[in-house]
Amino acid sequence: MKSNFFLLLTITGLFSFLSSKGQDDLMSMINNNEKPVVDFTSATFKTTRIVIGQSIENPAKGNALFLITHHFGALNTGYENLFGLKQATIRLGIEYGLTDRIAFGFGLNTLKNTWDGFLKVKILRQSKGARRMPLSVSAFAGTAIYTTKWDHPERKNYFSSRMSYAFELLFARKFGNAFSFQIMPAMVHRNLVASALDHNDIFTIGAGGRIKISNRVSVNGEYHYLIPGQINSYKAYDSFSFGVDIETGGHVFQIFLTNSMGENEEAFLTETTGQWKNGQIFLGFNISRIFTIFYPKLNRN
Amino acid sequence: MKVNILVLILLAVSIHVSAQKFATKIGHIKFYSKAPLEKIEAHNMQVNAAFDQQSGFFVFKVLMKSFEFEKALMQEHFNENYIESDKFPNATFLGKVTNFNEINFSKDGTYKVNVEGKLTLHGITKEVKETGTFQPDKGKIFGKAIFNLLLSDYNIDVPGAVANNISKTVEITVEVVLEKINP
Repeated sequence: MKSNFFLLLTITGLFSFLSSKGQDDLMSMINNNEKPVVDFTSATFKTTRIVIGQSIENPAKGNALFLITHHFGALNTGYENLFGLKQATIRLGIEYGLTDRIAFGFGLNTLKNTWDGFLKVKILRQSKGARRMPLSVSAFAGTAIYTTKWDHPERKNYFSSRMSYAFELLFARKFGNAFSFQIMPAMVHRNLVASALDHNDIFTIGAGGRIKISNRVSVNGEYHYLIPGQINSYKAYDSFSFGVDIETGGHVFQIFLTNSMGENEEAFLTETTGQWKNGQIFLGFNISRIFTIFYPKLNRN
Repeated sequence: MKVNILVLILLAVSIHVSAQKFATKIGHIKFYSKAPLEKIEAHNMQVNAAFDQQSGFFVFKVLMKSFEFEKALMQEHFNENYIESDKFPNATFLGKVTNFNEINFSKDGTYKVNVEGKLTLHGITKEVKETGTFQPDKGKIFGKAIFNLLLSDYNIDVPGAVANNISKTVEITVEVVLEKINP
């Protein structure tokens, strides 16, 4: 009887072995026939800004991103100014994904009534699988036009004097799920500068990153080093900002502290006159909302 | 007794060797969530499936990043926040059509099938038992099943802020056309 029982166990054991082996055989047949696919890294950053500056991200094809950027006044302006709460510089912007690689955008800044427009192109996309690419690279080109009254209306003023341009190359890598890092050299060309002591072409090198603390919240930071000796008629400092990203469905909220009052590239790269150590710090937030304008055709048959 | 076992083993081995297999690489899985504020639908047209006619074994493998949503942001959130495709790139099913003996594969028609096995999704493996249909048609098998998945069973967390946008259970529709493969 006992031996019979033992035999039965052996048989069931053998069959269960055969049974799972059969499934594994089918699965390995599937695995062997699989073609490797290109696995593009997605969401290196949650939105198109790390904090105040550009990230490599674009709105997807057919999507519009509406972005409200708001910087309060400086914290060191005291209670009379409610520590900056009485003032604000605001940028209202819209960005649109023409393709998955090319996006353009416009914005209106309350600082010097500046209109800005830009084009951003994803040149390389980080990927693994069938094609390996260690980095994502995007190129950014923007124009800003300030439209406040001329400082010296008695002079002959040219419209082109109102214009400045910004060019950036963005190199980013997502290291695992939680950490992304970006390096961004930039050049700003200003048609008219305040003094002959100032260069028209200003070069900066920036770095930024984010650390995810949950699937929907991350801590972000961004620093732009202004190469010394280029701006001499006024004190311009490196722009440094850090804050948190909070994602809720279609919105991303970014709340941060920065020493830059301006919101467009041309402004914060060359006109950051606030200093962290003096408390010339601005509390700011970005609210971005994605709207799907054109729906992609789904491959259903 | 001993002879019986030997016969059984031989039988099992011989079945294993002569098994006719069916497979596809372009199966379709639809994912559908209906919540008060939002309907979410996604399609994956690159589903791998294989079926062994003699043993009834049935397996699936799905690359999660191949799900296409109508909104790019949904797709990003699906991969980043819910399914975590970088950590868990595939969903798999290893199972069996338990009533495969009742299907006459040489006679075209619609047969009800009972499927049982282990579904692995988001790193969690669960025993599932669903019903579907098999339609043998000119040497191919058209298989279809519709069933519901409870997201919390697979540790897929839907935060309160979007509770009205994403339903707690999602409807999964599987459609495959399995073709004979030469071993």
